[in-house]
This record gives sequence, C-alpha cells and structure tokens, in this order.
Amino acid sequence: MFEMHEMTVRFSIGDALRDASLRIAPGDRLGIVGESGSGKSMLAACLMGMVPQSATLSGRLTIDGTDMTHAAEDLWQTIRARRAAMIFQEPMSALNPLRRVGDTVAEPMRVHLGLGKAQARARVQALFEEVGIPDPSARLRMFPHELSGGQRQRVLIALALACDPELLIADEPTTALDANVALKITDLLVHLSQSRNMALVFISHDLAAVARATTEIAVMYGGDIVERGPTAAVLGTPAHPYTQGLLAARPDPRAMPREADGSRRRLPTIPGSVPPLQAMAKGCRFTGRCAVERSECASVKPVPTGPRHTTCHALLHEETP
Amino acid sequence: MSYFLLRRTIGFLATLVAVSVVVFAVMNVLPGDPALTILGLDATDDALAALRDDLGLNDPLLARYFGWVAGALVGDFGTSHSFRVPVAELIAERLPMTLSLAVAGMILTLIIALTVGIYAASHHGKPGDWITMFLSQLGIAIPAFWLSILLVLLFAVNLRWLPPGGFAGWSDPVAAMRSLVLPTVALALVQSAVLARVTRSSALEVMRQDFTRTARASGFSQRRILWRHVLPNALVPIVTIVGMQFAALVTGTIVIENVFYLPGLGRLIFQSIANRDLPTVQALVMLFAVIVVTANFVVDLLYVLIDPRLKART
Repeated sequence: MFEMHEMTVRFSIGDALRDASLRIAPGDRLGIVGESGSGKSMLAACLMGMVPQSATLSGRLTIDGTDMTHAAEDLWQTIRARRAAMIFQEPMSALNPLRRVGDTVAEPMRVHLGLGKAQARARVQALFEEVGIPDPSARLRMFPHELSGGQRQRVLIALALACDPELLIADEPTTALDANVALKITDLLVHLSQSRNMALVFISHDLAAVARATTEIAVMYGGDIVERGPTAAVLGTPAHPYTQGLLAARPDPRAMPREADGSRRRLPTIPGSVPPLQAMAKGCRFTGRCAVERSECASVKPVPTGPRHTTCHALLHEETP
Repeated sequence: MSYFLLRRTIGFLATLVAVSVVVFAVMNVLPGDPALTILGLDATDDALAALRDDLGLNDPLLARYFGWVAGALVGDFGTSHSFRVPVAELIAERLPMTLSLAVAGMILTLIIALTVGIYAASHHGKPGDWITMFLSQLGIAIPAFWLSILLVLLFAVNLRWLPPGGFAGWSDPVAAMRSLVLPTVALALVQSAVLARVTRSSALEVMRQDFTRTARASGFSQRRILWRHVLPNALVPIVTIVGMQFAALVTGTIVIENVFYLPGLGRLIFQSIANRDLPTVQALVMLFAVIVVTANFVVDLLYVLIDPRLKART
C-alpha cells in the first residue's frame, strides 16, 4: 500500500506538487491526467523516490505504513529494486543501446534476486512471452535498435516486471507509439495489473487511454490534484471547472464537422495556457483561465471538498449556500 | 568481414604506404652526403665514391625506395653508421623499454582518468567536481619534462625512494620496475589530465540520457549505474582520445627517456639524429609512424566492439 498525504515538492521557483494526497492499494488502477507541467511526472517521481535533489519535500509518504518522506537513497534503492517499477514515455531511448535486451531484463534479476545466468534467462523468456513478444528466445539476443517501438516498450515492461513489483508506474507509456500499438500496450498493462494483482499508475494526457485502462482517476493542474474519484464518474460528470474544460476540448469522432448553418464546427478550448511555475497564483492555480472564477480564487487555496476531494471555491460556494 | 572493417583495413594499409613514401622522401632530400658523414672530412674522393657505390646511393631513387621497403618488410633496415651494427638489432634491443613505458603509461593513464572522470561526473556541480577539474587543468598546463624533473627532485633526490634515472637491465626485475616508476608517472599524469576531462564530459552527456533513468528506476546502486551503464556508453569519445594519446605516449618517450636516461627508442633516435645516422633515423621515424597508425586502426576496430549499432550502419 502506497499512501501520500499532502505531499508538496518545493523548488526555489515554486511548488511542482502541492498537497497531493493519494492511496494506492494492490491491484488498484489509478489514472493521472493533466497537461504538461501539471505535476503528473513529479507525482510519479515522489512514488519512486526520484525527486531531484534540489527540491524540498513536505507532507507524508508511506509504503505499508513505513514513512518514506525523507528516506535515504539506499532505502529507496531497495524499494525500486523489488517493490515499485516504472516505465517511461520514450521506448526509443530508455534502453541501454549497447546491451542485448535479454541481458538488460536479466540484470535486475541477477542483481536483486541473485539468480544465476540460466535461471535469469529462463525467467526473461517467460516474461517476454507474458508481455507478448513473439519468438522470445531470438528476441532476447537482439539489440534495442533492432526492435520496433512497440517491441521496445514491451521489453521495458518486461524489465519493470523483472522482480515482481507491487506497483507499476507507467509515465505516458503510449505517447510515442502508433495508435493501434498504443491500444495494445494499454490493454497489456491492464491485463498484467489484473493477472498479477499489481497496482498500476497510468499517467497520460490521453483521456481515452486513461478511461480504458483505469478504475480511479486523479486530475492534475499546476501541481494540484483538482479532483479524484472513480474514472467513469469523473469523466461522466466532471466536477472541477478544469476537468469540465478538458473533457469539452476532446474531439468527438461522431460529431458532425460542421454546424447546422454550414460553418466549420470549432472545438471548445480552455482559454490561455498553463503559466510557468514561478507565475502560478497563490490560491487556486486555475485562476485566470476559469469560467466560474470568484474574487477569493487568486489568493486563497481551495480546500479539497466532497467525495471527489475537489479543490474549487465556486463548488464550495454552491454546496454550502 | 563487414564492409566497415574492409574499408578501415584498406585505409590502414594505404596510410602505411603513404607514410613510407614521405619518410623515405624526406630522408633522401636532406642536404649532406652520408658518405662524407661516415668517412669524415679527411676522406679521399676515391674512398667516398667507393662507399657511395657500396651504400647504393648511386642507384635510381625508385630502386632505392623499393630496396628499403623490401628490406624493412623482412626486418632488414640496413646498418647503422654510428653503431656499426644492423639497425634491426638496435631496435630489437631497445623496443621493449619504450613499449613497456608506453603501455604502462597508458594503463596508468586509464586508471587515473576513468576514476577521476567518473568521480567528477557523479559529483557534477559540487566541490569534488571543481577540485578534480582544477587539478586536471593544472595537469594539462604542466609540460611532461618539467614534471619529470620535479618528480626526480622529490622522490629521488629528497626522499631517496626511487632511482633518479638510468636503467640496469631486465635481469633484476624489481630494480627495473623501480627505474620505470617515475618515468611512467611523468608520462601518465599529463595524459590522464586530458583524458579525465573527456571522460567527465562524455559521462555527463550519457547521464542525461533516458536509459540512465531506467537503470536508476531499476533500483541499481549509483556505482553500478556509473560503471556498468554510463561508462560503456561514454567510451566512444574516450577511446578516440586514447588512440591519439597512445601515439603521444610513444613519441613522448623521446623526451622522457632522455630526462631519465633510459636506453629506449627515444634515446636512440635522439643519438642517431645527433650522429647523422640516416638509416637508423629513417627506420625509427617509420617505426614510430607505424605505431601511431596502428593505434588508430585498433581504435577503429574497438568502435565496432563497443557499439553494435555501428556494425548495422556500415
């Protein structure tokens, strides 16, 4: 069980993550959505103990009750070795180009589990089969440059699974892939999470992929988790104005490309863009782009409210008239 | 053999031919009469003519070139004018000294440079990085011969730990090693200062790449990530410099052997030039050139061993 309570990651220019609270139990599938710079990857870095050294952490992060907030690097190494694993966006560059992929996947087994050469090889072969790499015994002798993007991402998934982690964090795992390969990788991650009872944190800005892969979702903006809850509920009836804007900005393939009067139909957009960290409002960080903004939004940080822990002054006002 | 290796091998052989032409041409357009040098100013015209005939100096240039190359290929470089023995014998006697110095210098250079370079890279932006890079800057600025003199003053004259120079032969291996310590250190310190900087910047470049993050996410220790993942990927620029440095070490022995009074090729070439011993100088210049060209050829072969992508691309 990974638990985060009001985690803040502070840099000299501002907070990259602010008061984030989460619970990840075995088998959970949690989606994290938001634009670039929303703090998605910083949240993942917190869970892996890979926050840059220049940052200051506050709040509380526990793994099975053990406080890891200020844990030393060697303690985090044991977590990354056996319990939490991560795959990244760029399968092209995330594999050591000088090593055969079989050796890359075998390395953590040999180092962390103490397996011999033959044992590790058999295990790599079984893992390659599990993640859907055809002809594993031939593939494990190949170098990364000899594989396609989808195959490389499967190798990285196999690497992440090498020591049977309880938690797999997938940071934009499908962004660099073709649409139908992306779909297969998404389904593979869901399948692995179910068959291994492994928690999955699926980070993406692709709402369709998150809807397909996860049961819970957390929406992030500017370092804040603005809303979280069951995926279907949050995407069906978004509560936070940012989530509403995000969903409205999604192209609907069934919609007609033109309005009744013949004019080209335009997608709604959220006005403005994400400000840089040092220019973020002190209060609600969506201030300035929000349609239901109130006078206190810029200066007062909204308290998470209701079943979805929504951080919005307007909603608070509605609910308590 | 792949196309890459074939192309490099042809390039290697062509370079050797070109080097031999240049060396021969330079030696033979030099002013001065070898016969006069050998016999001295008092020699009679008849004696000079006879010696010129004997040395083959009256043959056409092309014939003399091919004669020299044909001889060199079977290890016959002619006879030294000043030592009155075959040049090949002189070389065979002194090559072990120079090669030992160069190889030991190279090994020491690698040990120092890789350790310091990786240390500096892993302490990027911290005092450990600044201090080692300041020291390496200092090392680059110091000439090897001056460093040699300092080392002799400190370790031989003041502390009396090691001999100041000279060489008593290989029959006493411990004494032989002791005489080689200071020259090796003098050769290696300057070279490792350069190589440490190359190692550091190449390692920093690799540490920014995604697969280093993957290794970290796999729970490996910092030490394992640096030596097993970062260093191999940082090797291509390092090996390039090492190839050039090996050449610099071999030629650097000319200075070092003279400072430490060691009977190697460097001292031999120095004496031969002073004695106008043309066949010896010609053979030695060719030999140094062959070592340099070979070192670069070996570097080309190492690239393929290091990076499997090169094999695919070429």
